[in-house]
Amino acid sequence: MAERELELIFGPQHLGMVGNLSISLNVEGDTILSARVNPGYLHRGFEKLMEYRNWIQNFPLVCRINMIESEPVEMVYAMAVESLAGIEVPERAHYIRTMIQEMSRLSCHLTAAWAYTSILGFDTPAQWAMGDRDYLLDLFEELTGARVYHIYNMPGGVRRDLPEGFEDKLLAFLDAVAGRLPDYNSTFFENRLFFERASGIGKISAQDAVALGGTGQVLRGCGIKHDIRKLEPYAAYGDMDFEIPTREGGDAFSRVLVIRDEMVQSVSILKQCIEKMPSGKVYEKTPNPFKWKIPKGETYVRVESARGEFGLYLVSNGGNRPYRAHFKTPSFVHGLVILEKLLQGANIADVGNIMLSLYVIAPEIDR
Amino acid sequence: MTNNKTTTLKEAKGSILTPFKAIKYLFQKPHTLRYPFEAKEPSLRYRGFHLNDWEKCTGCGNCADICPNQAITMVKIEEIEAKPGRRNERPEIDYGRCCFCGLCVDICPPGSLRLSRDYIHIDHATNSFKYIARDEKTEAQSFVPADTYSVLNASLAHRKADYEGFVSDLNHCLFETERVHMPEVEAGERKLSFMEQVIGYNREEARKEAERCLECKLCEEACPAHMKISDYIDAIYEDKPDESMRKILEDNPLPSICGRICTRHCEKVCSVGIRGEALAIRWLKRYAADAVRDYKKAVEQAMPEPTGKKVAVIGAGPAGLSLAYFLRLRGHNITVYDALPAGGGTMLIGPPLYRLPREAIERDVSYIESLGVEFRFNTKVGEDVMFEDLLNEYDAVFIGIGTSKSRSTGIKNSDKCVLALDFLRQNKLGKGTKVSRRIIVIGGGNVAMDVARVALRQQNIQYPGEETEIKTVSLEDWDIMPASDDEIQEAKEEGVQFNPAWGPEEVVLDDEGNIKGLLCKKVKSVFDENGRFAPTFYEDQKMLLEGDMVIEAIGQAPDFSFIPEGLFKELKFTPRRKVDVDENGMTSIPKVFAGGDIVNTNLDAITAIADAKRAAQGIDNFLRKED
Repeated sequence: MAERELELIFGPQHLGMVGNLSISLNVEGDTILSARVNPGYLHRGFEKLMEYRNWIQNFPLVCRINMIESEPVEMVYAMAVESLAGIEVPERAHYIRTMIQEMSRLSCHLTAAWAYTSILGFDTPAQWAMGDRDYLLDLFEELTGARVYHIYNMPGGVRRDLPEGFEDKLLAFLDAVAGRLPDYNSTFFENRLFFERASGIGKISAQDAVALGGTGQVLRGCGIKHDIRKLEPYAAYGDMDFEIPTREGGDAFSRVLVIRDEMVQSVSILKQCIEKMPSGKVYEKTPNPFKWKIPKGETYVRVESARGEFGLYLVSNGGNRPYRAHFKTPSFVHGLVILEKLLQGANIADVGNIMLSLYVIAPEIDR
Repeated sequence: MTNNKTTTLKEAKGSILTPFKAIKYLFQKPHTLRYPFEAKEPSLRYRGFHLNDWEKCTGCGNCADICPNQAITMVKIEEIEAKPGRRNERPEIDYGRCCFCGLCVDICPPGSLRLSRDYIHIDHATNSFKYIARDEKTEAQSFVPADTYSVLNASLAHRKADYEGFVSDLNHCLFETERVHMPEVEAGERKLSFMEQVIGYNREEARKEAERCLECKLCEEACPAHMKISDYIDAIYEDKPDESMRKILEDNPLPSICGRICTRHCEKVCSVGIRGEALAIRWLKRYAADAVRDYKKAVEQAMPEPTGKKVAVIGAGPAGLSLAYFLRLRGHNITVYDALPAGGGTMLIGPPLYRLPREAIERDVSYIESLGVEFRFNTKVGEDVMFEDLLNEYDAVFIGIGTSKSRSTGIKNSDKCVLALDFLRQNKLGKGTKVSRRIIVIGGGNVAMDVARVALRQQNIQYPGEETEIKTVSLEDWDIMPASDDEIQEAKEEGVQFNPAWGPEEVVLDDEGNIKGLLCKKVKSVFDENGRFAPTFYEDQKMLLEGDMVIEAIGQAPDFSFIPEGLFKELKFTPRRKVDVDENGMTSIPKVFAGGDIVNTNLDAITAIADAKRAAQGIDNFLRKED
């Protein structure tokens, strides 16, 4: 034990903390000797609750696992149910799903940009990001009837077809946000201060990132081209033409720039979705929810959420509700394992910086 | 590894001054809205507060069942009149629990429950969060036009009128609106013989159809016998036909018969049937009965202690059979008398073989017999055994004689006509009736359809390949024809010709006294302004329908001739000429009970079963009180 070692509780009530998470830091001076993440502030027992609701009733539940980005959760649950029950999804529904996944990714990245920029003190781009996200929420509302918890994916497709004129509204938004990219760049991404603040912070080697189970920007920030959308194309990703952005640095700066580049890719995918959108049905009816039983079986499905691999292990024992559901969320690995490692030797002032560069969203850890 | 800047990326090229480019936004219009002066319109499919059309809502409670948060409770509304297929319960939503997912909208069978675009509720009382959803139709005062709406008063009692958001869509609803297709023999093939027309579901089809049931049980309230429909359908879905049969036999001892010819009060009120096709409840019952075959083995009915009481049942039709069954299961000794050579009564002579094969009736009757009910067939009460003797010999007597006499039109030369029940009886129990090539059937009800379609088959059998014709004449026009739509459609498919809105005037004979045709006159109206049957005609519009055989199928009446005159005077009737019974099914003659077509006005098997169920309880109470 060092001579002047102190324990510092960082969060959940802390200005530098985003989300319901707490970290116990052992510090000496400004330097962190070791860190211990204490999750549990937002434990709602979703996985257990799911065992008491039927296959359809679980939809309003699962989306609440991540309020920032509810789409991949709905998607992964719908895909798991489809895989267990052997349901085919119509082509158009695949495209609409791809579209809403990318809208969701954009909205999540904008939220992350808000959180990250404001924690570093860049208040102007933070306000822009929040504002732009709100236009996306308007589009979600238009499409699904709700702004945050859309409950739009259903086994068999999506709940309603695109409303009239939706494509045009989405295109107008994409052009507007793409037009603001130079401003985001000049105020933040290409800002010297940001480079000074993020470069070399929270650095992880590619080897460690893989060994510790990192996904998403943690891997791509180390130069590893890893993306479920390319590895196991789901929905209509197989028909989409896009790049996997990577950086070599492995530090906060690299990870954040990967996020920026992904937004550019998302805009491109969304435009392709609109262009290639097939016509036809969007929903294949599933059996009566009060009687629907799914044959015995288990499945693991995964999608690429904004933060990395989002998976669901779902078991049916032949009943009308899940026997067991377990989510694999990216923030669980990034926020518990990798964060603790990266905080060793870091500066107290960089805790929020490192945490947000790892894209940790606390509710995903607890569920 | 903390602060050594290994990242040498060209992105970091910006000068310290570039962020100042953002100053240009100071001169642009803000993106924020000046709420509440500048309000944002919610989207067209916004999921806000509920709206419920009380007139369309049936109170089925599916919304409450699907709600994952248990936010919906069905509450009794006194001002709504409850009737079969429409409960007087309406959903109350607790906005402290509601998550606005809209599953309630997608499961709502009538589509009455919708979500509006309103979402603001301001009130000081927490109990105001509980809200019985209504809409403009029944609560106009809470819905104000957009120009008088103020967000400062926004609450569940101050909402915008005409502000529908997320509404039901049949292509996306959570129930299946289409029925599993029931395979049937094609008209061209079936009209050549008496083979059963409806083929019946196989296991997969039955399970698929059973899966559509939303379990709201509106049907059970509409069924005269209150069968446990939801339970027996669920047992079929679970692939347990034995269990299904146990549930059916609790309330109905004639599943094979009812599974084929039931009048389906249940399907008329089925939730799913409001905007889609009703569950095929009748065919599912038939599936259970056909899948089980040996009821006794499947049900393993436990028999109670014998009571030593004796009950005589007159008539082995649905009422008599059911009464015998229900009372036998209460331990009494039952003897059933019937003039016909086998059990079934009207079921035996009425429904044609293509609709109800003999084997189906036999299966139900033999199950009842196997429980120890004694049958005396070919025994006519009043001739072979006296009614008075039955009264003396037995502890109680049940009359379930139904309507065994066909009515005649009484027109000129109507004595040359054949009566419907005689025709059907001979056809089913005798060697088959000799029919002619050109037949006229008088009547527009289901019996007339049966007669026409039976006669058509007989023609095809007796004159194969020859030209034959069947015509029906009915007072009623298409819109008020009493026969069911299915029957009319199927008769048409088979080649029966219809002459609706014509009334028979005279059977025209040729010189040798043979039938030449039927003279008809055009009907002006069938009912008077009070809705009573009082046909009027255009006396100047007449038509001669040619034919050489006329069958009258205009209705049936009961035959009470077996009751001695002195006793018959004591028997009270209702104004509609039905036997008057009390809540125990007892007539005005002590220890004589009655049920079936002589008591109820529905004139169908399931109501006869319901009557028998009531009388069985009444007789049981009566016999146990005697001790």
